[in-house]
Amino acid sequence: MVGIVSYGAYIPIYRLSRDTLASVWGKPLGRGERAVASADEDSITLAVEAVVDAMRGFDRATVDGIYLASTTTPYREKQSASIVRAAADFREDIFSADFSNSVRSCTNALTAALHAIKAGEAKRVMVVASDCRLPAPNSDFEPIFGDGSAAFLLGSSDVAVSIDGSFSVSSEFHDVWRKEGDKYHWAWEDRFIKDEGYQKILPQAVQGLFKKFNLTAKDFAKAVFYAPDSRTHAAIAKSLGFDAKTQVQVPLFDSVGDTGTALAPMTLVAALEEAKAGDKILFASYGDGADAYILTVTDNIEKVRDRRGMKGHLASKMDLANYGVYLQMRDIMEWAPDLRPKRRSPFTFVWRDRKMFYALYGQKCRQCSQIQYPKQRVCIYCQARDDFEEIRLSDKQGKLFTYSIDERAREIILPLVRVVVDLEGGGRYYSSLTDRDVDNIEIGMPLEFTFRLVFDGYKEGSGFRNYLWKARPIRC
Amino acid sequence: MESLKDKVAIVGMGCTPFGEFWDKDPVDLIVDAATEAYEDAGVTSKDIQAAWVGYTSQDTAMTGIILASALQLQFIPVTRVENACGTGAETFRGAALGLASKTYDVVLALGWEKMKDAGFGGIGQAYPGKWHPVYGAAPEVGGAVARYALAATKYFSRYGLSPEEGKRLLAQISVKSHYNGSRNPKAMLRNRITVEQVMNAPIIAWPLGLFDCCGVCDGASAAIMCRTEDAWHFRPNGDFITIKASAIACGPGWGKERMNYEYTTWEETEAAAKQAYAMAGITNPRKELSLAEVHDCFSVAEMIAVESMGICEKGHAKDDIDSGAWEQGGEIPINVSGGLKAFGHPAGASGGREVYEFYKQFQGKAEDSSRQLKDVKMGLAHNQGGHPGNFVCGITIIGEPPSRS
Repeated sequence: MVGIVSYGAYIPIYRLSRDTLASVWGKPLGRGERAVASADEDSITLAVEAVVDAMRGFDRATVDGIYLASTTTPYREKQSASIVRAAADFREDIFSADFSNSVRSCTNALTAALHAIKAGEAKRVMVVASDCRLPAPNSDFEPIFGDGSAAFLLGSSDVAVSIDGSFSVSSEFHDVWRKEGDKYHWAWEDRFIKDEGYQKILPQAVQGLFKKFNLTAKDFAKAVFYAPDSRTHAAIAKSLGFDAKTQVQVPLFDSVGDTGTALAPMTLVAALEEAKAGDKILFASYGDGADAYILTVTDNIEKVRDRRGMKGHLASKMDLANYGVYLQMRDIMEWAPDLRPKRRSPFTFVWRDRKMFYALYGQKCRQCSQIQYPKQRVCIYCQARDDFEEIRLSDKQGKLFTYSIDERAREIILPLVRVVVDLEGGGRYYSSLTDRDVDNIEIGMPLEFTFRLVFDGYKEGSGFRNYLWKARPIRC
Repeated sequence: MESLKDKVAIVGMGCTPFGEFWDKDPVDLIVDAATEAYEDAGVTSKDIQAAWVGYTSQDTAMTGIILASALQLQFIPVTRVENACGTGAETFRGAALGLASKTYDVVLALGWEKMKDAGFGGIGQAYPGKWHPVYGAAPEVGGAVARYALAATKYFSRYGLSPEEGKRLLAQISVKSHYNGSRNPKAMLRNRITVEQVMNAPIIAWPLGLFDCCGVCDGASAAIMCRTEDAWHFRPNGDFITIKASAIACGPGWGKERMNYEYTTWEETEAAAKQAYAMAGITNPRKELSLAEVHDCFSVAEMIAVESMGICEKGHAKDDIDSGAWEQGGEIPINVSGGLKAFGHPAGASGGREVYEFYKQFQGKAEDSSRQLKDVKMGLAHNQGGHPGNFVCGITIIGEPPSRS
């Protein structure tokens, strides 16, 4: 049996309400809200969150491959999956790959992972879908797009959701696209792309699956599939014969938005959170064709319940105060020039200490047992030299020791909350606090780590993106 | 180990006004400070056998050549020193060691900084690429305030002060500094302020507001130094001062990462004070010192430094501040000059400026006679670079020369 061993999801804490957008542009834009990645988040950091969520209770050393699916990997040339691998502290001797260029890349990666496991090349493969698509201001996409990620650990043992069959369709179709150099999305007329694209191609794959395995809509407890908006989603469900009230997993348009590559996987995570052993789930994704799967939930689903997943992350949110903050977070405008000297981080520096930066390894002195970060040659407590064992700190929680709130820091979202965190089990981490409510910070509050961008590299002198673990209030 | 005590004398000093001098460049600041010191000591550049020059980070200067070229010193040794904002103390220490070793007889120690050519406020040019570029330093370049503010938050919490009470306590320090600075003709900020103004000022890095922060600016300070036995040649009246102690404590740098680091006491400051008191033979600094010039880049810096130096018991600054013990007429006047807060803070020049305040007070020549202290015997100049958990602290103790033997 091959299938999903574990799952996880992540939704950024910030939400932009369609009412706010409506007031900016002076037109009605519907109800609900969408999730917005903060200034220090991108597809890579979103992916890390979902991977960490999915790995709860699993040994990270058991993962033999990582496939990252995203249309918004931050590098045009350079793999992003390798960064997610490093941050997740998976082994170096594994296969990593980016799957990109289509919102269907989530299931492209899924199928490739299944093939690898079936072929015996890997026992466990992490598939993570993550997107952070930038809609053009005042475009049809702006109220719709959202940011988020979902991850599935696939394997051949301890399977919680077996994947029993699939059917794929490849189609040459221009619905939504970006060419080299396009910042924003093109789209052909929406009536055409709904009639001939979404509402035809995805059902074509599902019907193919039904026919191949001699099934009908009635055989499924839930249907989880991609669509660009609620109306199209409902039309597809109806055409396939699913009962809207009982069989269709509620899409995320009013709460998260269209998260692109991650939409179908995030919806599947939401479905799995409610699923019972024996449930059959239809799972289908779309983009330049469609992939459809038959999933069957097993008894093992009960072993992977304690995830933050969709429920946890949906309930934990902060409203974006205004559109200006959103513009800053997504770096949409051209900003005032800055006379301050450009900062520059040598990549050699990051590379030398990659385990310390990406996987947040500190060290424990074998002489005095004190845990310390960053990496040292000589113990900062007892001055013993070169006698440490490495210890991963990224999954530890801590308590706020002291803090300050800098209104003038060189940071995109001000103020910058600078924090000193004492970690459970020892170790002190000097950091900044992200995803925080400035009016709700107090000494002693519990904190955790999150993998984020730091702005001393790509925005300034070095040209590459720097990542580091920051502190945040326990998310949920 | 021999003590430096009384081996070296300061026989001439100069200090430019501190401020935003758009029309002066580093050469002007250096020449102005050196000229005042030369004239005070009755020397010229030709008498200087070696020099120490201190500045932190400047696009327009490197090495000791900036000093030699400004003053046209001809092929003598010039040592450039740098200890961030504690650079000034290091220039004095280098010069004193050069004299005590009898390698030179007459030397110049000069600190300067031209901060207002940067094109933006605050300190900014010192950090990029120099400190830990990814971890720690990078996200808050120019964030010295935020780093000191961590200590303020912790101090309030540890000693049971509400943020309001804590801010009010610190405000009294700034009110005192401005009052002192308002009567000091060379000070940058000469306006008097009230506690309410401080409380209502914009926040820079909570809990510190605008008036908790010193003003960075342009300026230079200079001293002509020789061995004590030669000092009578320059100042037959005996109105020179001697170095009682010159101490530097360079922290091991990762204090803020240690779980036993409290932020409310500064180990480097404690260590430098211990060295300095031992060298000077001081057992009760509060009683023996006539004044202390303390590195108050922020109000909280004055408070914690005074406690760390043992001038006030730990956690008891509030008693002193409320009772006025640190005011001009108080038990131990702190920053009677106005301090970095009001006099201004051109990084490399501040350490020398602190010694200059004692020098003038000792001679009875405090600018604006209302600031003149009585019976000035021994003073302390505390000059410190870095931030809590990562300091280098310099303490210079200066005082009345020993009687002529």
